[in-house]
Amino acid sequence: MTQEKNIYSAAGEVGSILEKRTFWTRAKIELSKSPWTARFGLLIIFIYAVLAIFAPIFAPYGEAEVFPEPYAPWSSEHIFGTDQIGRDIFSRMIYGARNTVGIAVATTFLAFLIGGALGLAAAINRSYIDQLLSRAVDVLMAIPSLIFALVLLSIFGSTVINLIIIIAVLDSTRVFRLTRAVAVNVVVMDYVEAAQLRGEGIGWIMRKEILPNIMPPLIAEFGLRFCFVFLTIAALSFLGVGIQPPTADWGSMVRDNASLIMFAQYDLKAGLTPLLPAAAIALLTVAINFVVDWFLHKTSGIRDEQ
Amino acid sequence: MNSKAQKADNLIQINNLEIEGFSDEQWHPIIKGVNLTLKRGQVMGLIGESGAGKSTLGLAAMGYTQPGCRITGGEILFEGTDLASLRDSEKQKFWGNRMTYVAQSAAASFNPAHRLIDQTTASAIRFKIKNESDAKKDAKELYEALNLPNPESIGDRYPHQVSGGQLQRVMTAMAMSPRPDLIVFDEPTTALDVTTQVEVLTAMKNIVKEFNTAAIYITHDLAVVAQMADVIKVLRYGNEIEEAETRKMLTAPKEEYTKSLWSVRSLEKKPVEAQKPILEIKNIDAAYGKFKVLHNVNISVPRGSTVAVVGESGSGKSTTARVITGLLPQLSGSIEFDGAVLPKRLEDRTKEQKRIIQMIYQMADTAMNPRQTVREIIGRPLEFYLDLKGKEKEDRILELLEMIELDGQFIDRLPSELSGGQKQRICIARALAADPEFIICDEVTSALDQIVQEGILKLLMRLQKELNLTYLFITHDISTVRAISDHVVVMNLGEVVEQGIKSDVFSPPHPDYTELLLSSVPEMDPDWLNNLNKKRD
Repeated sequence: MTQEKNIYSAAGEVGSILEKRTFWTRAKIELSKSPWTARFGLLIIFIYAVLAIFAPIFAPYGEAEVFPEPYAPWSSEHIFGTDQIGRDIFSRMIYGARNTVGIAVATTFLAFLIGGALGLAAAINRSYIDQLLSRAVDVLMAIPSLIFALVLLSIFGSTVINLIIIIAVLDSTRVFRLTRAVAVNVVVMDYVEAAQLRGEGIGWIMRKEILPNIMPPLIAEFGLRFCFVFLTIAALSFLGVGIQPPTADWGSMVRDNASLIMFAQYDLKAGLTPLLPAAAIALLTVAINFVVDWFLHKTSGIRDEQ
Repeated sequence: MNSKAQKADNLIQINNLEIEGFSDEQWHPIIKGVNLTLKRGQVMGLIGESGAGKSTLGLAAMGYTQPGCRITGGEILFEGTDLASLRDSEKQKFWGNRMTYVAQSAAASFNPAHRLIDQTTASAIRFKIKNESDAKKDAKELYEALNLPNPESIGDRYPHQVSGGQLQRVMTAMAMSPRPDLIVFDEPTTALDVTTQVEVLTAMKNIVKEFNTAAIYITHDLAVVAQMADVIKVLRYGNEIEEAETRKMLTAPKEEYTKSLWSVRSLEKKPVEAQKPILEIKNIDAAYGKFKVLHNVNISVPRGSTVAVVGESGSGKSTTARVITGLLPQLSGSIEFDGAVLPKRLEDRTKEQKRIIQMIYQMADTAMNPRQTVREIIGRPLEFYLDLKGKEKEDRILELLEMIELDGQFIDRLPSELSGGQKQRICIARALAADPEFIICDEVTSALDQIVQEGILKLLMRLQKELNLTYLFITHDISTVRAISDHVVVMNLGEVVEQGIKSDVFSPPHPDYTELLLSSVPEMDPDWLNNLNKKRD
């Protein structure tokens, strides 16, 4: 037989030990095995983020800068022409990335803050707080959210702050449901009991013991939720109660130039103009879904066929 | 049967088998060239620690590899057919027909939506070995042979309607139904209580003998394998250590490693002098909702000693621990620690009262947050109870790591980067970090291999001596009790059956339940089961 150590030592004990790896090496390995859809999605998201952050650098003109010629055709001066009062559409699309995406990100964060915290609290408590919150969420979810948002916005007025708060509260219901569902599986683990026995407060247990272990599904949900929030904002803007002029925003840009689509039979480019912001919305949504799909597949634990 | 018996003498012949498993982005060898020969009607015991490759080898005897594994070399001859080279669709003609499998967890292996008898007879009917009415009649006979209660009607029940031990026997009947040439038993009694284990072992042993079926019995429990097997093969790290006929293997093992496996059970603690009780449980009643689980429990734990609480599942031993920690407030009675009454509810206890009582769990895997490093796991109680920070905390963590015989290289590891025994040691260090006086050990060694168990038990005893700790040691394993306890409490159905100094409890006369429990513990004697059954009849 081979000469293996027969003297037992705890430090030398072998088993199915995973190799020690840092976050970055693991990320690199995962990325190198990612499908092209995920890489494409990541690239698109990256481009959007750069455009949004450095909008004033990339945009040839100002956000609300008005030129004398409204409805100008596509030209070297105005790449996608101008809108109904003569603002450069290309510049407004770049600023729109900042506004629409920025507000959507802020809203999603707020939704996760509210829904996540309450969901965790409900999962830990499992008695009257859970009942109270869950039933309240049921009530909110029973009302169609777009219509509810319309009602609330017309009551409180369409400011950016109101928009963010209202959509965040409405969307936090879904986040609450998900957080509670995944957290109840972690709450019953021995390490949570050990923390309770130690005498840790609820805040510590939520932040340190439970949250890190339910992150993967929450991150995936964040991507999807962001898409919904983003589409809701665009829809509200299209209906005229969302982001108000002169702030550039893709939803209202579609609405403002919608009539141009009639001219497609005379000038194809003019007909395409209202579709550009719509396409920007669609592309980002698809890109995020690609990434989320990949991420969900990775975290679901389904082994790829070798 | 006769024509079959005339064929090749060796039912299974595995030559130089190599199997690899895929993990951590690369292929690792699991079985490194093992030979195995099994004759018709022979029972082979495969033993080894976890990671030894015993389950992989057992399944490979059926030509099956688990997902993520591949056969890279060697051959598996079943009556001369090389299973390793067959496609799955061809191998399926053998599975459930000529060869069957009994899994460790019967509860997880049955389909909850079908009646037991339909599942028992499914493969025999599918392979047209018997027609449905014959198969059902045969299944009932098998149930009877396996000593199941109401063999005529038990098959009409659903899996959740019978107990774990019964389910395991139904699974054996299922494996027997097509009258296979080979059955692979994969730790079939590991999840069972000792008293149930005796029944299941007896039933399996008899039925395998009756039908002259060859079997591979995979287990880590030497005493169990001694009852079942004709030959024993010892595996380690995917290599064969040695193989011999059971009696010969038990009396004269050749290899050092086998000897060390055999010697684990010889650990025994010297009794300590009785001191004043540190913890006294007085007349405790407790319930989960309306279901009462503890009835008038009294336990006294002397300072500096180890009190073992023994009992089978459902005996209330873990509930007792929950009451002591305050997780489950008792209905009546009181708990006194150092003469002072502890508040019932955890929330009403002071930080100091929480600090002096610490707990170590059975499953070290779930007792540690998988996202925290060893530094965070051990450091938190130091910071929380003792207000240690920065360098002081770091030094203390290293000191604690040394106390549990690990060193500084482990400080940045995550639980997934530790082996089973190391994980349990980190849990011990976390308990020690609080500087406690009293530690509740809830089945701390039952998920570990024997050699690792021995290491943990020795560590606990050494720490007890050095730090004057008191342990309440909950276990179902009598050999562990022998090894480390001073006092023993026997529990059954939520009541204390017997308690006292170890030597008293373990020497007759016993109350009926203690007698049953003690006599059910398998011994390293191949005749133990036969003698026991003779005596009980």
